[in-house]
Amino acid sequence: MKDTHKTRLVVIGNGMAGMRTLEELLKLAPDMYDISVFGAEPYGNYNRILLSPVLAGEMTIRDIMLNDVDWYAQNGITLHLNSKVVQIDRVRRKVIAADGTETSYDRLLLSTGSNPVMLPVPGRDLPGVIAYRDIRDTDEMIEAASHYRHAVVIGGGLLGLEAANGLRLRGMDVTVVHLMPWLMERQLDRTAAGLLQKSLEARGLKFLLERQTAELIAGESGRVCAIRLKPALSPSTNSGQAPRGGVEGDGETLPADLVVMAVGIRPDTGLAEAAGLHCDRGVAVNDTMQTYDPRIYAVGECVSHRGIAYGLVAPLFEQAKVCANHLAQFGISRYTGSVTSTKLKVTGIDLFSCGDFTGGAGAEEIVLSDPAGGVYKKLVVRDDRIVGSVLYGDTADGSWYFQLLRDGQNIRELRGRLLFGQSQLGSSGHQGQNNAASMPDDMEVCGCNGVCKGTIVKAIKEKGLFTLNDVRKHTKASASCGSCTGLVEQILASTIGGAYQPADVSRKPLCGCTDYTHEEIRKAIIDHKLKSIPEAMGFFEWRNVNGCASCRPALNYYLLCAWPHDYKDDPQSRFINERAHANIQKDGTYSVMPRIYGGVTTPAQLKRIAEVAEKYAVPAVKVTGGQRIDLLGVKKEDLPKVWADLDMPSGFAYGKSIRTVKTCVGSEWCRFGVQDSTSLGIALEKALDRMWAPHKVKLAVSGCPRNCAEATIKDVGIVGVDSGWEIYVAGNGGIKAEVSLFLVKVKSAEEVMEYASAFIQLYREEARYLDRTVHWVQRVGMDYVKARIVEDAAGRKALYERLRDALRDEKDPWQERVRGVEAREFIPIRLQS
Amino acid sequence: MSEWIRVCPLEEIPRLGSRVVQTGKGDIAVFRNGSDEVFALRDQCPHKGGPLSQGIVFDRKVTCPLHGWTVQLDSGEAVEPDHGCTHRYRARVDKGEVYLNLS
Repeated sequence: MKDTHKTRLVVIGNGMAGMRTLEELLKLAPDMYDISVFGAEPYGNYNRILLSPVLAGEMTIRDIMLNDVDWYAQNGITLHLNSKVVQIDRVRRKVIAADGTETSYDRLLLSTGSNPVMLPVPGRDLPGVIAYRDIRDTDEMIEAASHYRHAVVIGGGLLGLEAANGLRLRGMDVTVVHLMPWLMERQLDRTAAGLLQKSLEARGLKFLLERQTAELIAGESGRVCAIRLKPALSPSTNSGQAPRGGVEGDGETLPADLVVMAVGIRPDTGLAEAAGLHCDRGVAVNDTMQTYDPRIYAVGECVSHRGIAYGLVAPLFEQAKVCANHLAQFGISRYTGSVTSTKLKVTGIDLFSCGDFTGGAGAEEIVLSDPAGGVYKKLVVRDDRIVGSVLYGDTADGSWYFQLLRDGQNIRELRGRLLFGQSQLGSSGHQGQNNAASMPDDMEVCGCNGVCKGTIVKAIKEKGLFTLNDVRKHTKASASCGSCTGLVEQILASTIGGAYQPADVSRKPLCGCTDYTHEEIRKAIIDHKLKSIPEAMGFFEWRNVNGCASCRPALNYYLLCAWPHDYKDDPQSRFINERAHANIQKDGTYSVMPRIYGGVTTPAQLKRIAEVAEKYAVPAVKVTGGQRIDLLGVKKEDLPKVWADLDMPSGFAYGKSIRTVKTCVGSEWCRFGVQDSTSLGIALEKALDRMWAPHKVKLAVSGCPRNCAEATIKDVGIVGVDSGWEIYVAGNGGIKAEVSLFLVKVKSAEEVMEYASAFIQLYREEARYLDRTVHWVQRVGMDYVKARIVEDAAGRKALYERLRDALRDEKDPWQERVRGVEAREFIPIRLQS
Repeated sequence: MSEWIRVCPLEEIPRLGSRVVQTGKGDIAVFRNGSDEVFALRDQCPHKGGPLSQGIVFDRKVTCPLHGWTVQLDSGEAVEPDHGCTHRYRARVDKGEVYLNLS
C-alpha cells in the first residue's frame, strides 16, 4: 500500500512531544514521509498531564486520549504499540525492537521522554512501591486505594502533591514525606508553601518535612507494609497534625500499603547513549532539535537543549513546532529555550509560579499578603523588571505577570497598582468575576458569545485544547471583544495545569499565513520598498495566495501608513465598513454618521439631517456617545444618495480611524471653564480628519479639571488648567476601562496640536494592526513614549510633520462616492427571472 | 433541464470580491476569487444570516462580516470548528460572462 519512494521517518516514543511534532509536521508536509511510531505502552497518545485528574476521579482515561489508534490509521502512520525499541543501528539506519523486528529509517525522531527517579533504598522493588508516570501507575494507585488504607508519597513537589491529593480523594490515609523544609521548593517560597500546606492539611493530607527515607519494609504477604525514616535532622518544623507511627531504632516508622516515589525525573537517554549519540543529562540537540547525528532529531523530556532538560509540557510543544519545521525542510525556525511557569492541578487550589522567585542580590520584592483571605502574591523585581512571581489564592494575573516578565517590560509606571492586577479596573461583561476557580459551571464567562465555564472546560478536555487560540476557535469564548480573555486563560490553566503556557505576544506572527511578526513585516515594507499586498505576500512567501481576512486588512493599513501618497488602497482587503464607508448592522443595513466637528452643530445642519431621515424613511435616529447623530437602518444602495443629500463630511464612525473629538463647552460659556476646549477640539478634529490608524482613535478635550468631556478615558485626552493644558494618553472607555496616563503639560493650543499629533503618528507607525493605544503603550511602556514625544523635540516635530504630510491629500470618501467612485459596490444586480 | 441565466460580465465583479444578485428566490451573492473562479451562495451566513456578499474573499472562502464565520465558497459549508451550511447555486464563466443556475 505504501509508497516505497517516500522518505522514511521513524519515531521512538509515542508521547505528547513526539506526536505533537507529527501533528505539526502533517500540517506542513502531509505527504512527505512514510511514518512509523514505536510506543512501549499499549495505548495511543494520551495527555500525561491529566493523569492527576484521572487519579482524583474527575476524569477518565478516555477523556485524556489525544490521538486514539484511529488517528494513526487516518494519517497513514504505522503504529507499533507495546513495542519497545532496544537498539538504534546508526550505520545501517535501522531501529531494532524487543521482538527482533527491524525498521529502516531515513530520519529518526527520539521522543523517549523521561524515567522517574527511584530512591536507592532497601525495599524499593517491593510490590506496592511505584512511581507516578503513566496510565499503569495511575491504575495501580486507583486499585490500591480500593483495597488498602495507608499511602505514603515520597516527594512534596508538583507531581507528589497531585498524587497525594488524588489518593486522599480516593479515601486513603496519605502522608507526604519531603526532604526539603517546605513544599514545592522549586516553585514556591516559604510563605506560599505554608499556605498551600495548610490548605492541603485541611483536606486531610499529612506532611513530614525535612525527612528522609531509610528503608521500605515488607509485610507478611511480601507487599510493602511500612516505611522507616531516618532520624529528623532538626526539631520538627512540621505542622501539629503529626502522623501516627511507632518509633523503631532511631527513626520513625509509618504504616504504608502503597508507596509512591515522586522525587524527580531523569531524561531517558539509554537508547541514545548506547547508539553513541552525545548526551549531556539529556540527548544533546541544537536549536533546530537535531542531535549530533544529522539524521536524528529529538524532542521532549529526553532532550538537553543548551544544557537544560525541560519537564513541563509547554516547552516541549515549542520544540515540537521547531522540529516539525525542519523535518518538513522549511528550515526557518529555531528553538531558543523557554521560560516556564507552573500551575498546580489540585481542584480548588490556585497556585502560580514563574521565573526566579527567590530574588537574590539586587532584587526587590513587592508582596501582598492576606493569610486570612488565603491570598499571597509576590513579585520579584530587578531593575524595574519582573524576574519572578509566586501567586497563591488569586492567580488571575499570573499570565499577565508572566508576559511582562518575558517581554522584559519596564514596570516603573505600574508599580503602585501591579499587585492589584490587570483586571482590577472596569472589565465588564462577566459579572465582575476575576477568579475562574470560584465560578460555577453554568456561569457565563464570555458575555459576547454566551459561553459558560462548563462548556469551555468540556471542550478543553474532550478536544484536547492547549492554547487560548484553540479555545477561541472551538468555543468562541473570548473571541469577540476579548475582555474575558484572562478568565478563559485561568480556566485553561486550571484544567490542563503545567501544559498551559500563555501565548508569547512578544513574538506574534501576523496571522496563520506567515511566521513573520507585525514588526518584521512593517520594517520590510519600508526597507524593501514593498508597495502592494501581492508584493508584500510574495516577499515573505505567504502560505496562502490571497492571505486571509486577518492579514489582508493589516497589510493594507501597513502599506497605506508607509506610503501615504503612492499606495493604492485595496478595497477588497478592507472590512466591509471601510469599503462601504458606513457601519454594517445585524440586518445587513448600514448606519450613517456625518462628522460634526467638536459636537457643535447648527439649526441648518440639523434640519438637513432631519429631512434626509424623513426622505429615506430612516428607521432610527440616535444621538451617540461621541456627540454626533447616527442614522440607522439605511439600505446599502441608498448610501450614495443619502450622502449627497446630507452634504456633510464622513464621520469615519465605521473605521479603524479617527473617530471623534469630544468636548465640553469650555470657557466660552461655562462659569468654571478656564480654557476654550471647544475650539481646540474642533481644531484637533479638523487636523486629524480622514486619518486611518491601527484601530479606532478617540480624543476629548475638557476645559477645566472637572473634566466633563471624560478626557481621561480616551486615546488622547486634553484637560485644560489655568496655566495651560495637560495631555493624557492611552486611555480606554470600552472593553476594559483604562484610565489614561499623563504625558506632558504644555502652555498653548499649538503645542497640544504638536504633541498630540506626534503621539498619534508614533502609534500609527509602530503599533500592531488592531492594537488600541492602550495595548500598544502597555507593551512598549510609557517611558518609551515619553522619550520619543516629550524628550526628543526634533523627533516629535518630525512625527508631527509626517502626519500632516500623510493627511494632506486624503479626500472625503463620501463626496468621492457621490461623484461615482466605486459605484458598483452599492448597486445590486437584478435578474429578470 | 437546467437553466443558465446570464448575470453580468466577469469584470463587473471585483476580483476577491462579490456582487449581490437580486432574484425571485432572494439575494444571491456571486463571488469571484483570485483565480477568476466564480461561486454563488445564498446571501445568508449559516450562523446569524449575515450578508456573505459583504465579506472578505480569499482562496475559495469568504469571511462573514458580522461575526467572522468563514464559509467555503464551493460547498456553502462553514469552515471548522463552526458547523452549518448555506445554499449553494451553480455558477460559471463563459466567454467573459458570468452565468447562474437557480435550479
